[in-house]
Amino acid sequence: MDDKDQESESKPAKGLSRRSFLRGAGLSTAGSVLLTTNAFALEYKEHRNAGEEFGPDAMTIKMKVNGLVKSLSVEPRTTLASALRDHLELTGTKVVCDRGSCSACTVYLDGKPVNSCMMSAFDVGDKEITTIEGIAKNGELHPVQEAFIEHDASQCGYCTPGMIMSCVHLVDNNTDLNLDDVKDATRGNLCRCGTHPHVFKATLAAAKKTI
Amino acid sequence: MNKFSWYEATSIEDALQQVNSTVSEELYQPTNKASVFKSGGIDMFDWIKEGLLKPQKIINIRNIPGLDIISYDPKRGMSIGSNVTLADIASNPEVKDHYLALHQAVNHAATPQLRNMSTLGGNIAQRNRCWYFRSADHDCFRKGGDRCSARQSETGENENHAIIDNGSCVSVHASSIATALMAFNASVVIINVEGEKKKVTMDDFFVTAGKDIAMENILQAKEIITEIILPAPTKNTKSTYIKQVARESYDWSLGDVAVVFEVSGNTCRSASIVLGAAAPVPYRSMEAQRAIENKTINSENALAAAEAAMKIARPLAKNGYKVPLFVSTIKQAILEIS
Repeated sequence: MDDKDQESESKPAKGLSRRSFLRGAGLSTAGSVLLTTNAFALEYKEHRNAGEEFGPDAMTIKMKVNGLVKSLSVEPRTTLASALRDHLELTGTKVVCDRGSCSACTVYLDGKPVNSCMMSAFDVGDKEITTIEGIAKNGELHPVQEAFIEHDASQCGYCTPGMIMSCVHLVDNNTDLNLDDVKDATRGNLCRCGTHPHVFKATLAAAKKTI
Repeated sequence: MNKFSWYEATSIEDALQQVNSTVSEELYQPTNKASVFKSGGIDMFDWIKEGLLKPQKIINIRNIPGLDIISYDPKRGMSIGSNVTLADIASNPEVKDHYLALHQAVNHAATPQLRNMSTLGGNIAQRNRCWYFRSADHDCFRKGGDRCSARQSETGENENHAIIDNGSCVSVHASSIATALMAFNASVVIINVEGEKKKVTMDDFFVTAGKDIAMENILQAKEIITEIILPAPTKNTKSTYIKQVARESYDWSLGDVAVVFEVSGNTCRSASIVLGAAAPVPYRSMEAQRAIENKTINSENALAAAEAAMKIARPLAKNGYKVPLFVSTIKQAILEIS
């Protein structure tokens, strides 16, 4: 693996490169626009006044997903998981238990892992969503993703996107990791195939540690 | 899920004008016309997905300004806003320094994902755990029904259920954080639609099933929790929290214990001992408290207090294991104080 300096140099600055925009736009449905600074937050506040009632029928909302602003037509009962999978075709996010118990549906809401199955698309507001599709940057997998492949940390694959979201968040936000930290970070991620030992090894390897 | 509209509340007053029911009322006697509060929304979505709650309108109180603040004052204690997430409590250094048992309880609650979403107000006001109560296919007293499937000695799956105060309902309160809060003698601040504020202790916040089978707490439709207040600890306050679960990954409590002592040397001067997943509400064991107060904290006295706590236990057909589990956990928690 690259040493730390090279790695941080290869990481794109916050925001979007032209290439990732084109890739994202290609994948998405109609209505995607490039996110620029806080324009979305302002625009959002003009459209979604607090003190207003929305629904119950579908209405068009805008959502920041993986650095792009998407338009989608959803009802208040549409979960974020459904909005991502069924409306934006971002099917990397998996729905397994649909009750917040397995964490297969983990996405980031303003950088924090949450269960997208247990919140409404209306809960997102002007916060930014990152899905598993937004983890690789400029065509390069995240070191945790590379390590999952190297350490055979996936079997049936259903828990894998959620596992990776938990582990990437851990590795990106901590400098000194041990096994207990990885266990804590993945405590909500169920895997019926029993990949946990390899998940732990992969994540520690990605954090340049070994068990 | 049924279709519902969504109201984005701007203030406490605004939210209280909009609301017309509680989840408890709606589960006990469904009208399908309820306008109910949602903050973190975890418990709410559970009920809606199961089809047991069909609200007409959800009032989103999650973004009301000013309810997401933690503050600590060495004299007045700590205030935690009702919209503070469990993750924010877990990472707060003052919680860890001054209210260790709460820090431990929050860190053992739910999953990292759920802790990022769940709020403290919603956590203590969530409904009880019982798979019959939470299943659309089963009748239940708490849902206005006329039978309890959990209690059946032959067929009832009651291994996770209550061993204390289980005469009316055998479910257990779901919040392990409430166990710790009650042990710290925390209070809940509630505001009603008239703008009147009341402060009730955790002991008075919860309602036993014997008193009212439809509710687990005193919250009425036109009321909202604004903050939870913990009294200031003294330099002699010591606390600990232990939760027993069936597996290493995230799980519901089989039995959890929070202990808060005022000590002088190795003697317990006053004791607060609360049990979670033992009864339909967080259960303060006066028996254990009396048994350990003004005693030396040692193995013998800790065991005596633990056994005193379990004298009133009346296990069901499949949860007898909880009695020795609580005896050893209470003993261990008391000994961790010394």
